[in-house]
Amino acid sequence: MSLNEEVELLRNIPLFAKLEPSKLKLLAFTSERITYETDQVLFRQGDVGDAAYIIVDGSAKVLVETGEGEIEVATLGRNDFVGEIAILCDVPRTATVRASSQTVTLRITKDLFFRLVAEFPQMSVEIMRELASRLEQTTQQLREALAQNK
Amino acid sequence: MNERLERSMYSFVLRYSGRQQLYILMFVVLSWPIGFMLLDLPKQIINRALGAAQDVYSLAVLGFAEIPFAISQSTFLVLLCSLFLALVVLNNGLKFHINTTKGRTAERLLRRLRYALFSRVLRFPIPHFKRASQGEVISMITAESEPIGAFFVGAVVDPIFQGGLLLVALGFIIVQDPMLGVAAAAFYPLQIYVVPRLQKKVSALGKARLRQIRHLSDHVGETVGGIVDIHANDTSNLELSRFADRLGNIYNIRFEIFQRKYMIKFINNFLDKLAPFLFYLFGGLLVIKGSLDIGQLVAVIGAHREMSSPWKEMLNWYQQQADARVKYDQVVSQFDVPDMLDDNLQHSDPEEGFRFEGDVELSNVSLVDEDEVRRLANLSIKLAIDGNLAVAGAGSSGKEYFGMLLARLATPSSGQLIVGGRNIVELPESITGRQMTYVSSSPFLQSATVRDNLLYGLKYRPLRPAAYDDEEAPKRKRDFVEAAGAGNIDFDFRADWIDYDAAGVTDSNELFVRMVETLDVVELSDDIYNLGLRGTIDPDMRADIAAAALKAREALADRLEEDEYRGLVEKFDRATFNTNASVAENLIFGTTVGDAFDHNLMAENPHVLDVLREADLIDDLLKAGREVAETMIEIFADLPPGHEFFEQYSFISSEDLPEFKTLLSRTDKHGFDDMRPEDRTALLSLPFKLVVAQHRLGVADETLQQKILKAREIFAEKLPDDLRGAVEFFDPEGYNAAGSLQDNILLGKLVYGQAEGGKRIGALIADTLDKLGLRGAVLEAGLEFQVGVGGARLSTGQRQKVGIARALLKQSEMIVLNESTSALDPSAQDRLAENILNARDRHGVVWIVNRVGMTSRFDRVIVLDDGRLAEDGTYVELDQDGTALRGLLESA
Repeated sequence: MSLNEEVELLRNIPLFAKLEPSKLKLLAFTSERITYETDQVLFRQGDVGDAAYIIVDGSAKVLVETGEGEIEVATLGRNDFVGEIAILCDVPRTATVRASSQTVTLRITKDLFFRLVAEFPQMSVEIMRELASRLEQTTQQLREALAQNK
Repeated sequence: MNERLERSMYSFVLRYSGRQQLYILMFVVLSWPIGFMLLDLPKQIINRALGAAQDVYSLAVLGFAEIPFAISQSTFLVLLCSLFLALVVLNNGLKFHINTTKGRTAERLLRRLRYALFSRVLRFPIPHFKRASQGEVISMITAESEPIGAFFVGAVVDPIFQGGLLLVALGFIIVQDPMLGVAAAAFYPLQIYVVPRLQKKVSALGKARLRQIRHLSDHVGETVGGIVDIHANDTSNLELSRFADRLGNIYNIRFEIFQRKYMIKFINNFLDKLAPFLFYLFGGLLVIKGSLDIGQLVAVIGAHREMSSPWKEMLNWYQQQADARVKYDQVVSQFDVPDMLDDNLQHSDPEEGFRFEGDVELSNVSLVDEDEVRRLANLSIKLAIDGNLAVAGAGSSGKEYFGMLLARLATPSSGQLIVGGRNIVELPESITGRQMTYVSSSPFLQSATVRDNLLYGLKYRPLRPAAYDDEEAPKRKRDFVEAAGAGNIDFDFRADWIDYDAAGVTDSNELFVRMVETLDVVELSDDIYNLGLRGTIDPDMRADIAAAALKAREALADRLEEDEYRGLVEKFDRATFNTNASVAENLIFGTTVGDAFDHNLMAENPHVLDVLREADLIDDLLKAGREVAETMIEIFADLPPGHEFFEQYSFISSEDLPEFKTLLSRTDKHGFDDMRPEDRTALLSLPFKLVVAQHRLGVADETLQQKILKAREIFAEKLPDDLRGAVEFFDPEGYNAAGSLQDNILLGKLVYGQAEGGKRIGALIADTLDKLGLRGAVLEAGLEFQVGVGGARLSTGQRQKVGIARALLKQSEMIVLNESTSALDPSAQDRLAENILNARDRHGVVWIVNRVGMTSRFDRVIVLDDGRLAEDGTYVELDQDGTALRGLLESA
């Protein structure tokens, strides 16, 4: 896959959708493309987070460790962005992500991510928007859950 | 060589070269009559041989004898001229012999002086080094002794030699006419009176200059040592101005010296030139009156010319000796330090039958340091030499001085320290240094290999002579005679010094096993192993390791076919393009040696350009270069200049980016054919750094790759002879001397972007090597790693570990560790303490701990407080409420 294709891919991710093509190219060029074989782990719950990942191809499972073993909480596929929480707010990884087939990712290091954010204010606005919408989503879910419990 | 250095330069010179000086003098005296004859003969030629014809000619010898010759006038002329020629040859032969003998004597004296100074440095009391500056000591032993040495021989011989010549010439003139003699020497008394007075001031200035130069070299030394802090504090301006200030001082002093010296010369020259004036005037008058013949006057003027050269030399000598004396006094006074270590203690072997056993007993030991601060007070402790002891205390407790006392790196100011029944101050260093091994927290490493550093503690004296071939042996023998002649040590530095006994082994194989064990104890073997993999070896010297690496390469190639590892490595193959290697590497297909094929300069290399032209690649690469440039400009143009992305990712630096922008617009206008040569080079250099798999720029497609493969063949085929040494080609059958051990085993590139690829392949390589039993070979290669100046290429923790390993390797009776693991993390410190105590179960360990927690591992613990013994007992006994140990534990 060439740089231009990666740029197309990044454009499909909401967080980056509104960035200029040259910025996307910079992002693609400066991030590492890593291939994981089936069952290889992108990162583990509890580890220190140093990078976020964009799934370029393949799929991965998000697993949360509980007392009784791992529970699968989500499946990731092409264009999904994962691991951003740990690099945004310096908490340990909240889940383990494991490739469920051969998976190609773009690895954006924390350093790179923050530098981009600092360099391009546009991106921070996009991140705020994304986070706000996620917060809204979570609040909605909470409301629904409370309503069901009543 | 235990006496003080000679206080005055003359006693040094006479003491160590008296006989040679006498020998030279003999020849000097011999040269005087010859000199006289050389002056006299021209006169005889003119007056006698060319005068009126006579029946009997007589030859005057030295003004005493007359030898008659009954020969023809022309034969007499030939005779005189031949005699003149013979004397010229003899005279020059003598001068040559005198000068070479002088030269040799001077070199020996200089060598002796430097050796004496350096041997004194080794005997300075250790606290002295807190004040002595390294730069000053260096400049004294190197630069300052040089002119002293140059002057040494002349010190005695020169004034006699030149003075003799002067007297000969003067004597000659007096024989011709006493009055003229008086005239010739008329101004000497004045000069002899004036010059020393002027010189005195010059000498004082010379002293000041010397001091300034020392400060200067000291400053340079400090700057090199403190370079990190200079950058960290942005004080380069301060340092520069300080340096400029010093240079200014030196400039002023030097210029003043120059002026004064020139003044002295001027006065001398002037007075010198006054004499001919007198000759022409009064000599001329005498000739007119007829009381002096013209031949005599010519000879007198010639003789006076002969006088002026030795007189100048005498003057030079006088100035030099004043200068050398100043330097000698200044140097020697710096090297006479009170309380120097006794020479015998430093060099004598342990006496027969001495056994290092029993107790170490301190009674009322106090230690006051050079600033009169009491560091230890009235310590009375008895400890078994083979026991283990932890010494704890706060930072100011003086505990580090306790460790230094035990190794006699400090001596008690009062009280006694008895080891095995003997006072420690009487023990030679051959016992204290070998049996009481001290390890500081910042061990000194030689700029040599890890191996050399580990074995450093086993080299007390040459044990097995070095083997020399027939050509070398006599030369070495001469070297040693010469060394002895200058009072130097007669140990052969190139012999084998390693004392296997001290390490408890019998040969080098066992020693290697011991070294590996010791590395395990200090947890350094993995580091050394990795250094070995990353390091290069000389396949001619270590054919065994090279062969092992080739075996491992084969085994690894098989393993890489397994499912688990497939696709992690792209092997180098002459017939295929390696997408994980750069275009430059693909073209050269080898490891570069030196910078002839530096990847940044490829586009300027004539051979590379020839190859590219022949493979019809220039236009393709220019096109690729333009695409790379366009992409770089697109991506990086918006970033502020100097942004770190440029360095990390960009093919073009931020300074060059605007340049490339205009360059691209120029080429768009004119096409590749009419490019400026520098534009061409700039564009052409870009694609060489490209790694297809990593950069994904899509510029090096299949066709280009095929063309590069063709160029690869041409590159190798047409490589000019003078560049053969600049490339080591990848060879599936052979060992690549320029590549690391790991590169040789892998013979390929890690495939880009495979999760944990490097780690997995690293583990696979280690596993393969282990299975082939090659771990030892890699460790051996790792031991050949050059640690850099002061061990700078190792981390602080690694340096500490090497220091401990070095101490453990020699099985001394007692080892004193002075916060020797302070750079390691706490858990590593605990593991090391455990390992070391286990490894030395029958030998003593005294550990000045930097973490109180470590004391729990020791049989006995003492706690020092402000230089006094606060507590002494087992850890359990002392770990109670209210004890000093508990206090330390709680505050830790």
